[in-house]
Amino acid sequence: MSLADSRRTIDTIWRMESAKLIAGLTRMVRDVGLAEDLAHDALVVALERWPETGIPDKPGAWLMTTAKRRAIDYLRRNKLRDRKYEELSRNIDLYTEEDNERAAAEGEVGDDLLRLIFMTCHPKLSQEARVALTLRLLCGLTTEEIARSFLAAEATVAQRIVRAKKTLSAEKVPFEVPEGEDLRERMSSVLEVIYLMFNEGYSATAGDRWTRPLLCQEALRLGRVLAEIVPDEPEAHGLVALLEIQSSRLKARIGPEGEPILLMDQNRAQWDRLLIRRGLAALERCRKLGRPLGPYALQAAIAACHAQAPAAADTDWVRIAALYEALSRITPSPIVELNKAVAISMAFGPEFALQIVDELISVPALQDYHLFPSVRGDLLAKLGRHKEAQAEFERAASMTRNARERELMQNRAAECEAQAAIGGD
Amino acid sequence: MRFMMVVKATTDSEAGVMPSLELLSAMQKYNEELAKAGVLLAADGLHPSSGGIRFSYPEPGGKPKVTDGPFTEAKEIIAGYTLIEVKSREEAIEWALRMPDPHGFGQGEIELRQVFEAEDLTDDPEALANEAALRKRVEEQKRT
Repeated sequence: MSLADSRRTIDTIWRMESAKLIAGLTRMVRDVGLAEDLAHDALVVALERWPETGIPDKPGAWLMTTAKRRAIDYLRRNKLRDRKYEELSRNIDLYTEEDNERAAAEGEVGDDLLRLIFMTCHPKLSQEARVALTLRLLCGLTTEEIARSFLAAEATVAQRIVRAKKTLSAEKVPFEVPEGEDLRERMSSVLEVIYLMFNEGYSATAGDRWTRPLLCQEALRLGRVLAEIVPDEPEAHGLVALLEIQSSRLKARIGPEGEPILLMDQNRAQWDRLLIRRGLAALERCRKLGRPLGPYALQAAIAACHAQAPAAADTDWVRIAALYEALSRITPSPIVELNKAVAISMAFGPEFALQIVDELISVPALQDYHLFPSVRGDLLAKLGRHKEAQAEFERAASMTRNARERELMQNRAAECEAQAAIGGD
Repeated sequence: MRFMMVVKATTDSEAGVMPSLELLSAMQKYNEELAKAGVLLAADGLHPSSGGIRFSYPEPGGKPKVTDGPFTEAKEIIAGYTLIEVKSREEAIEWALRMPDPHGFGQGEIELRQVFEAEDLTDDPEALANEAALRKRVEEQKRT
């Protein structure tokens, strides 16, 4: 194996193992920053030794053993002679590769990963910090990759991560799985981080690229991991179901020139049947837990309606409208109302939907939301009110930060203008 | 990137002999590991080729020749597959290396193959541009 090859292999193993390493080490040293450094130390040792000795049979266990020995050295060097150190040094012989394998078999690794994700998604951190730190520690992304995904400067992201780690340390955020009422709240923060990560990738808010696949892939992968480590959490399956189904359309939503293609216009033959099937299975797992559907499961159920319709015209809009109604009851928001209006328009006609939308006109949260004028424009166009529709599409075009989407809105405005000229409206 | 780990058939799998309990549990553990890493998409085992049917086209443009199984040459027959979604070819290789020997008596063979996917899902602007150009050419050819 050439040096470059072995470097790539070690890099791959690192990406596969780093989250588990950092999680296991955080349990020992109770500090994510330190745990990450120790894990890196183990990587450095591997980079020195493996090209000569070859890759060990259980590289993950090898890295963990090396890192744990480093952790003990570190604690000893710094004379942190607290109880933790005493305990660790007594058990020093325990950190063999077999021991780490046993831990993996008994599910301790999953528990540690769960504790770690609760930590990186802690409410003490800003939303941006949560996403960045989770991508870094759970997904093993480099600072550069994270920066690229968010179209941010690398230094900004690096600083955000450093600050987040400091905050966790200063606030003495415990490495634990929260309990009771706390668990519900903290779980929703974890799910939210994964959802935000996906959405950031799915519909880039700025720039001229419609999707940023890396973030979608990472979010989906992390969601799948989460659903495996908390199999009794219905919303984890609900979220995975939603992300699988959304991902099934990734290829179909971009045209040959990179232009966006809306759901109803997509070529359904391009939808990824495997991901749809996985999404439906995840939704079924969620339903089988027998609890009322949460916000992610409801959104997944809506996505499933689209996924199951062989053609756009077959869409069960009545059911979708009902699901939006259920969603708006548990998470009332103007955006859900807006989506409900779209479903109602499809199920029962644009007049009724326009009434709902017009009630939302003065809602502050929608003032900067480009999809509001876009939806309103669409309803007006359907009602033959082309001039008003044109104005709404122009407003939508001026509001979106996505260049591709702006183009789409401008095209629709132009269509309305042409229609108005023909129809004398 | 998607990869398929194709498990080849053996004399046992072709004879319908079930793998040992030990092997089954090792395989199950491995699949759990894949699922917990969020990379498992699908994994299935196939019935022996004795129940299979082969459709071949010895004459171009002619009718297919239909042959009932079993087929000879166990190593050319598929016994099962595991489909994974990973970040790199190296990661796929690493997972393939971790799969237990699927048969355990010297005939085990796994073949790792990349699943063909359009490059729509790339972040690389150059690849995106190439793909767009290719599609444009195809469109133009269709028109002429």
